[in-house]
Amino acid sequence: MFDFSVISQWLHTLLLSFLPEWATILVESVIVALVIITLYAVFAIVLIYMERKICGFFQCRLGPNRVGKWGLLQVFADVFKMLQKEIIKMRQTDRFLHDLAPFFVVTASMVTFACLPWNKGGHMIDFNIGIFFILAVSSVSVVGILLAGWGSNSKYPIIGAMRSGAQIISYELSIGLTMLTVICLTGTMQISEIVQQQSELGWNIFRGHLPMVIAFIIYLIAGNAECNRGPFDLPEAESELTAGYHTEYSGMHFGYFYLAEYLNLFISAGIATTVFLGGWAPLHISGLDGFNGVMDAVPGIVWFLGKTFFVVFLLMWERWTLPRLRIDNILTLEWKYLMPISMLNLVLMALLVAYGLYF
Amino acid sequence: MYKDKNYFEGLFCGVKSICIGLKTTMREFFTKKITEQYPENRKELKMFDRFRGSLVMPHNEKNEHKCVACGICQMQCPNDTINVVSEMVEVDGKKKKQLVRYEYNLGSCMFCMLCVTACPHKAITFDQSFENAVFDRSKLIKVLNKPGSKVEEKPVVKKTAPAPAAKPAETPAEAPKPEAVAPKTAEEQPRIEAVAAKTEVEQPKPEAVAAPKEETTKVEQPETEKAAE
Repeated sequence: MFDFSVISQWLHTLLLSFLPEWATILVESVIVALVIITLYAVFAIVLIYMERKICGFFQCRLGPNRVGKWGLLQVFADVFKMLQKEIIKMRQTDRFLHDLAPFFVVTASMVTFACLPWNKGGHMIDFNIGIFFILAVSSVSVVGILLAGWGSNSKYPIIGAMRSGAQIISYELSIGLTMLTVICLTGTMQISEIVQQQSELGWNIFRGHLPMVIAFIIYLIAGNAECNRGPFDLPEAESELTAGYHTEYSGMHFGYFYLAEYLNLFISAGIATTVFLGGWAPLHISGLDGFNGVMDAVPGIVWFLGKTFFVVFLLMWERWTLPRLRIDNILTLEWKYLMPISMLNLVLMALLVAYGLYF
Repeated sequence: MYKDKNYFEGLFCGVKSICIGLKTTMREFFTKKITEQYPENRKELKMFDRFRGSLVMPHNEKNEHKCVACGICQMQCPNDTINVVSEMVEVDGKKKKQLVRYEYNLGSCMFCMLCVTACPHKAITFDQSFENAVFDRSKLIKVLNKPGSKVEEKPVVKKTAPAPAAKPAETPAEAPKPEAVAPKTAEEQPRIEAVAAKTEVEQPKPEAVAAPKEETTKVEQPETEKAAE
């Protein structure tokens, strides 16, 4: 399996040969930041196109198909339209908070994005409390959403923001518990370690069998709710709240919320891939060496992206199947169903680990 | 969530219904898409039968239409879209109304189809053409009868046109029906009588009453002649 750290090491030594150490680190940080932002934009475009196409197919239509071949340029057209639009300054809003909110949302999602393991050795942020860091940073977007609602000084945004706060904070619990279940099995929170382990011992969803499958399903539901998507898009319920917390935003400020929504989808799918489906680890079936050899030949990034887009597809499938829930139903689902189940699941996992009943 | 079910029943019921929903959407995902890609599929695109494209007057191969210029469609039209220009000609010593020009303004038509339902001869109908855009508004005014066309040879011939009062026009329109559907005559006839009687009650104006009665008897005659033959 190709190790991406070869390239990063080579770059590091190359830069060190003619720069002092502080300048090397500075240059590397800038490169990493540029890579993150570029990937962020590229994946946003891919995801928006994918969402529109898949949504169309689920509704028995073709989706965008006029701009460019198969509508491939549609998203570019939308992005350029968005860039050209004026950012409207409204009276009686809290200007500072109003303008700050999109940056909270987009920064939170970018930092979480940087935690994903793209390939063997291809991490941007990787340290020993990786999953904890992801959970902490991704919650910052709630602050952005609440600020957006508050700073807009308008009815719909504040209702949307309140709903979003209630919903995201509730579902954070399920996500935390499912992550604990995973950590219980892996024994580490470092993302590179988790994936490395899975490439040697098999994907977590197979290793931890029943409790892992339950945790995976709960994670998919809660992850969808974290992204304010799918049946949980109450914060921006367009039929009741026009656009929820970003009603008063226009131009690229709205664009940031839009980007963050899609990237959060990708990120939650990416985390599901990392902790349950083995990240960049190829599929191995013990005993079939030829098959394993073929699987090893496929680069890690392809595995990671393939699995992630598969999970994205699952999330979109869920989204376009179920109707929007009422706010009390959402909270009932979390507090009465998902959280007790994931607690029991954690206990079950702990028992399995204690008696060594995993693969 | 489910008030009538207990906790676990509700949970499994919910899971089951979600699975049914997911199955349904997945089936939809793979079905043939119904999107019509219009300019590309112009050749094979066929609108559904009940689509109301624009008003037309079907002509048969002998360039004959069925319009007797009774003007009911014109009266029914809420928008004054239709203008029936007719003239009086003398046939066999009897005066008869004949269609000169059937003007239809597509621009003001709201496709309510009242004219088509009102037409006693089924002379007009809506077709499925929908490419109605033109560059000039005057082009929207269409003449539906083809040049040189005449009314189809049917026993409508012996009809003296009454005074162009609103009500009487309705009865002659009613009358020719029995000819088209021969077996129904027995049923139709009393109905016409009833209509005539109704007009009598409603509109006690002498001329209005006289006209329909005259009409019915006149139109009945060819009927009996035919039967004799």
